[in-house]
Amino acid sequence: MPTKPEAPTDASTLIDVRDLSVHFALQGGSLSRLFGGDTGTVKAVDGINLELRRGEVVGLVGESGSGKSTLGRALLGLVPATEGSILLKGDDVAVMGRRQLREIRRTVQMVFQDPNAALNPAMTVEQAVGDALRVQGMKSAAQRRVKVIEALERVGLSPVELFLTKYPRDLSGGQKQRVVMARAIVLEPEVLVADEPVSMLDMSVRAKILQLMLDLKQDLGLTYIYITHDLASAKFFCDRIAIMYLGRIVEIGSTEEIFANPRHPYTKALLRAIPEPDPDRALPRDLLRGEIPDAASPPLGCSFHPRCPEAIASCGWESRDLKTVLEEHWTRQPAEVYAEEVAAVGDLSHLEQPSAMATVGGQGAPRVLEILDQIRSERPNEPFWQGVQSIEADAAGARVTFHPGQDPALRAAGGVEVACVLYPEES
Amino acid sequence: MDIELIDEQAGAQPPGPVISARDVRVWYGTTRGAIRAVDGVSFDIAPGETLGLVGESGCGKSTLGRGLMGLLPEGAKRDGEVLFNGRDIFALSRKESYQLRGSELGMIFQEPLTRLNPLMRISQHFEETIKQHEPRLSKDDIRARALEVLRLMGIPPTRYKSYPHEFSGGMRQRLMIALGLVLRPAFVVADEPTTALDVLVEAQIVQILNDLRRNFQTSLLLITHNVGIVAEACDRVAVMYAGRIVEQGDVVDVFTNPQHPYTRELLRSTISLRTTGLNFIPGAPPDLVEPPDGCRFHPRCPDAMEVCATRNPVNIERPGGGRVECWLAGPEDLIPPGGKQSLKQEELAVADEA
Repeated sequence: MPTKPEAPTDASTLIDVRDLSVHFALQGGSLSRLFGGDTGTVKAVDGINLELRRGEVVGLVGESGSGKSTLGRALLGLVPATEGSILLKGDDVAVMGRRQLREIRRTVQMVFQDPNAALNPAMTVEQAVGDALRVQGMKSAAQRRVKVIEALERVGLSPVELFLTKYPRDLSGGQKQRVVMARAIVLEPEVLVADEPVSMLDMSVRAKILQLMLDLKQDLGLTYIYITHDLASAKFFCDRIAIMYLGRIVEIGSTEEIFANPRHPYTKALLRAIPEPDPDRALPRDLLRGEIPDAASPPLGCSFHPRCPEAIASCGWESRDLKTVLEEHWTRQPAEVYAEEVAAVGDLSHLEQPSAMATVGGQGAPRVLEILDQIRSERPNEPFWQGVQSIEADAAGARVTFHPGQDPALRAAGGVEVACVLYPEES
Repeated sequence: MDIELIDEQAGAQPPGPVISARDVRVWYGTTRGAIRAVDGVSFDIAPGETLGLVGESGCGKSTLGRGLMGLLPEGAKRDGEVLFNGRDIFALSRKESYQLRGSELGMIFQEPLTRLNPLMRISQHFEETIKQHEPRLSKDDIRARALEVLRLMGIPPTRYKSYPHEFSGGMRQRLMIALGLVLRPAFVVADEPTTALDVLVEAQIVQILNDLRRNFQTSLLLITHNVGIVAEACDRVAVMYAGRIVEQGDVVDVFTNPQHPYTRELLRSTISLRTTGLNFIPGAPPDLVEPPDGCRFHPRCPDAMEVCATRNPVNIERPGGGRVECWLAGPEDLIPPGGKQSLKQEELAVADEA
């Protein structure tokens, strides 16, 4: 059984992504559209640099909403780049028109997550796999059939005659994913972007499809971008891994180094959260709180700071974090205490507007100061309090001022690159 | 039948199991014949215990969960005996079983967004649920009870009047669990409660399910395809294959010393951080209209013997506790002469794979 994919032999760059951003505009009301008012944007991919060398497997790992799939799609021109460039063997995919994009699909192909959605239910296997050839101008059905049969044999769907006339509904999940793989390789591409290729499959089939992908890499000299939320399969499958969070790469480096010495607190958290079938390993008690934030209004400073167990003063603490701390406190209080405190603190909705200063409790500043003191004494190790510069009573209530934050850029740290203030920039 | 309920809050737990299922079958009628989705399974769940039900898609695990709840579609028939605190819930009338659901038997579904009404506030969801079973409770009492369970799920009371779309995916799943538990049912079925969630949120929900025992003394049947979650959140595990529970017992013992080849292969094919090579089970689960003779796993089993292809394996006491049905574990005296010879397997082509 082959274990790790071998290290790339030819290190020439196939794809070079530079400062890539993909932003999506949010739909505003008709008036703001008419007058060009700012309705907000979602920065799905926000300034990413990534180099893909021939023969390597690069993993893009992150939770839903991290921008990993958008980045993968942008590589094929399936979503338009807002800024930056995607150099595919020197040509910029970001500025290509439809005709050129069709050309590059001979070089870069995509494997989608859900084989049920990726296959047209009205097309037979032969039509589905041969359609790419037809689009690329291969007119002769006989010629196409030769290519289709070759591709199906490559992905292990033999005897081929059994499958050519089948519809997706006649196939099992693993077989469908093999058809999707066949369709991707029929144009003999150099790069495959595989977006969660095994996550919809049963455990007993996943290993089979991963094995197939390794075999294809070996036989056809493929280069992979492997998009996944599953660090365990990425560890097995990838040469390099980029950990993504809210549109950015927060850590990138060789698979060995990322797993042996995870540096970014997010990477550490992801590693701790993987359920292990080994019953000797107990569930870690220090799980991250919260979920990936709204990309339409990301946290100030480092996007990860609201969930980060290692955050320090300069991570970008702000008004919304105060709201979270208050709400978390209330989930631990009995109903009477909650009723009294919520009356003293008053409405929290204005805290939704991100700001490095926040004022709460118009009616009774002294009581609010007491409540905040109490919350702090209950959980003094809560990173939030490091970010608080001062709490003062003024005419409008209790005013909380936060330390100024910074948005950490990727910097080199011991063989990997990491975007975290805990790792000072090496000069 | 007397439907006087045993008061769980009174403190004195009934000594026996909360759920005792014997020879449960659920068959679906089709034009080809009956699909034997669940075909004779027996298990017990003790008070406060979590039983993990694990298996591949199509093994019947979800059908079993719904069957216990009485939530089967038209055209499905169930048979057997399920004693819930001593009463056979399969023998109840529609009305009786309706009253039991929610207050005594809870269910947590996979997709929280499709189970919550987008037009109803969270408060209305709780009012509807509680009023159904305790119509005389005042709005303030309902609110107090709802807020208490929400608090245990880590949902701030400030969000009580919000709509489902205002919550994140993980929060919605917490809401579902809160709704399932607000009436303090003694037994809850959770059907793949973390499948639609991200790893980090999944870990949070697993922790919540883990804490259920402490906070609610609830017995839980946790249905999942993820053996990692079973290892982390369950006391005992039942491994299901093609409608049968092939092995059940203490999680640590079953996962460290699997007695059934299917359990062993399922664990081996799971990709974890320790994976150094890819393993998989050849072939696909069988057609449940005409399951194979003998052991249903024998066509895929690397250890299959002659006897496995002809005789049904006997459900026996598992060494180390629990039950297992596999000829490799015995009983020796029922294996005919020559039955232990290894079976000549047909080569499994991709054509038959899952």
